[in-house]
Amino acid sequence: MAKMTLEELRSLRNRVQGDLQKRDIEGKDSRIIIGMGTCGIAAGAKETLDAFLTALDEHKISSTSVTQSGCMGLCYVEPTVEVIVPDMPTVIYGKVDAKTAKKIVEEHLIARRLVTDHIFDRPAADIIKKDGGK
Amino acid sequence: MAFRNYILVCGGTACESIKSEQIYQNLITACKEHGIADEVQIVKTGCFGFCEQGPIVKVLPEDAFYVKVKPEDAADIIAEHVVKGRQVERLLYDKKSSTRHARVEDIQFYQKQFRIVLRNCGFIDPESIDEYIAREGYQALERALFEMTSEEIIEELRNSGLRGRGGAGFPTWMKWNFTRQAKNDIKYVVCNADEGDPGAYMDRSTLEGDPHSVLEAMTICGKTIGAHKGYIYIRAEYPLAINRLEIAMKQAREYGLLGTDILGSGFDFDIEIRLGAGAFVCGEETALLQSIEGKRGMPQPRPPFPAIKGLWGKPTVINNVETWANIPVIISRGASWFSKIGTSDSKGTKVFALTGKIRNSGLVEVPMGTTLRDIIFDIGGGIAGNKKFKAVQTGGPSGGVLTEEYLDTPIDFGSLVKAGSMMGSGGMIVMDEDDCIVDVAKFYLDFSVDESCGKCAPCRIGGKSLARILEKITKGNGTLQDITTMEAIGEAMKKGSLCALGQTTPNPILSTLDHFRDEYLAHIVDKKCPAGKCKDLISYWILEDKCTGCTVCGRKCPVGAITGARKEVHVIDQNACTQCGVCYEVCRFDAIEIR
Repeated sequence: MAKMTLEELRSLRNRVQGDLQKRDIEGKDSRIIIGMGTCGIAAGAKETLDAFLTALDEHKISSTSVTQSGCMGLCYVEPTVEVIVPDMPTVIYGKVDAKTAKKIVEEHLIARRLVTDHIFDRPAADIIKKDGGK
Repeated sequence: MAFRNYILVCGGTACESIKSEQIYQNLITACKEHGIADEVQIVKTGCFGFCEQGPIVKVLPEDAFYVKVKPEDAADIIAEHVVKGRQVERLLYDKKSSTRHARVEDIQFYQKQFRIVLRNCGFIDPESIDEYIAREGYQALERALFEMTSEEIIEELRNSGLRGRGGAGFPTWMKWNFTRQAKNDIKYVVCNADEGDPGAYMDRSTLEGDPHSVLEAMTICGKTIGAHKGYIYIRAEYPLAINRLEIAMKQAREYGLLGTDILGSGFDFDIEIRLGAGAFVCGEETALLQSIEGKRGMPQPRPPFPAIKGLWGKPTVINNVETWANIPVIISRGASWFSKIGTSDSKGTKVFALTGKIRNSGLVEVPMGTTLRDIIFDIGGGIAGNKKFKAVQTGGPSGGVLTEEYLDTPIDFGSLVKAGSMMGSGGMIVMDEDDCIVDVAKFYLDFSVDESCGKCAPCRIGGKSLARILEKITKGNGTLQDITTMEAIGEAMKKGSLCALGQTTPNPILSTLDHFRDEYLAHIVDKKCPAGKCKDLISYWILEDKCTGCTVCGRKCPVGAITGARKEVHVIDQNACTQCGVCYEVCRFDAIEIR
């Protein structure tokens, strides 16, 4: 994209805010977000990522995106993964190794059940308002 | 088919020990009784970091947060909440009873942490500028470029009460204002990302998770003080952070958020990365600036301060990563929002890297004024392995230890100094009864001695002398005079060293001498290490009445010091034993004793 002016930045923000909000609007695609800071990667997040991609492939699921994020701060349960599925509560899973990743795809995404013993709480509420503070 | 309700039962160790399993079973039974077992999913979760209020049960999607739940409450949660849709008021967490500081109305009340610096970490894809922009990103830059004058920005910072997060806590607005007022054609903005305290990784995580917040803040500073060039000094050991910063800078340039004529405002600003080789002293601002200039990283006498005469002799604002990450929020939300959080002495939040003998180690961001007890026993879930809390070390090699009596002290810059430690950059290492305090002091001292640049005598010679004395004490050769000598050297180093590294090197010793003098005396007078850590002061013995002759210790001993036939009591040859402790760890019958 070429250099923006103030107006262009504002219109871009409005547009991408909508995109990010789709995370919790019904009927939209599901998302898997893997914590990939140095800590997560050291704890095996890359293997987790591979396991998710393989499992999604095996089950021919194409409506779920897999993206990365930084460290959530839950170092004691790395690798951590956020799973956003329409009509289900958004949850953070911890200690997600390749086996658990497969289980999350099969249980959470397909059978629509939360995976027991791996749920952790996001450590703090989000201070960013959904409407961008308008 | 998705479920109507999800019930999350905390299965953390603390909650489990107070009957969360029974609650879980009772919830399942109650669901069956009401015939709704297939409409509700009940799951056990990991620790919620709210242990003092446990056991915790959370019901989704309503997000009802039930605390101190008893097994007999399970029936009510199902009958009232799930079946009739009425939340069980008496179990809901009461925010009025909360002792937390600075609740902000629109924030869910039960979470202990409050994230400003880490607001985007773990939320956005750090390699996507669009996701940053979607979450109020570059909104502060808009304000700074088009709506506010330099004076207004400084005034906003002043009213916010933001103090530098690198350790010293100097008011950020003053630094900026000195540089703004300094008369010079060329000025610089520098980000100190030379994070070096053992166990500290706040800055790395911030840069890896949210690089744009630092870029945005530095650009705002450039506009405020009249600088057009910024440098990020980051250690080469942080390759992922460097990589993400580079991606972020490239994206920002493409969007016209860095470079010439930013957003058509006519203001030019760009940033370069400078890699450090990982010398601890380069985190000291004057040494850091030397290193950017390509010289050997050694501290320079202050004054003149960098704000007046910094990089290449030009006025320079230098702030730490965490300080920078606060700036966009202060500018876009306003000082009045920010200054509501924290204590009168210290505003906002502080990120700590909570490590050591703690159950839930991790990055913790809390409002200033949160107590150590909240951080360690609630968010941190307490001491691992149910051991007894001994002390917590804050401020890294420059800081000190805090004991149980300080657990309820609200943490801010002032209170930590008063308690004999310091905020530092945010390392927080928890120790339990198995940690030897002399050994801990020695660890930090050895670190500082290794990292001393050698320029000034008090630090170079004083540090070595202290290390020699501590070594002597841990070997059982200490005398009472050694304590007096260490205190004298320590005081001299504090007064005579050129930079903060030397001035604070004795802190871990002086602070542990304050709180744990008895333990030093045990090493010196009784020649004993109470925690059983100092190898020269301990010996391992096999208890005759407990040894079953299983032969495990004998097979595992790396030096073959243990002898004994199968099913007979084994014996350790004290002359051959190297006190490695392997036998102690592998014995399943508690038959090995440390004397």
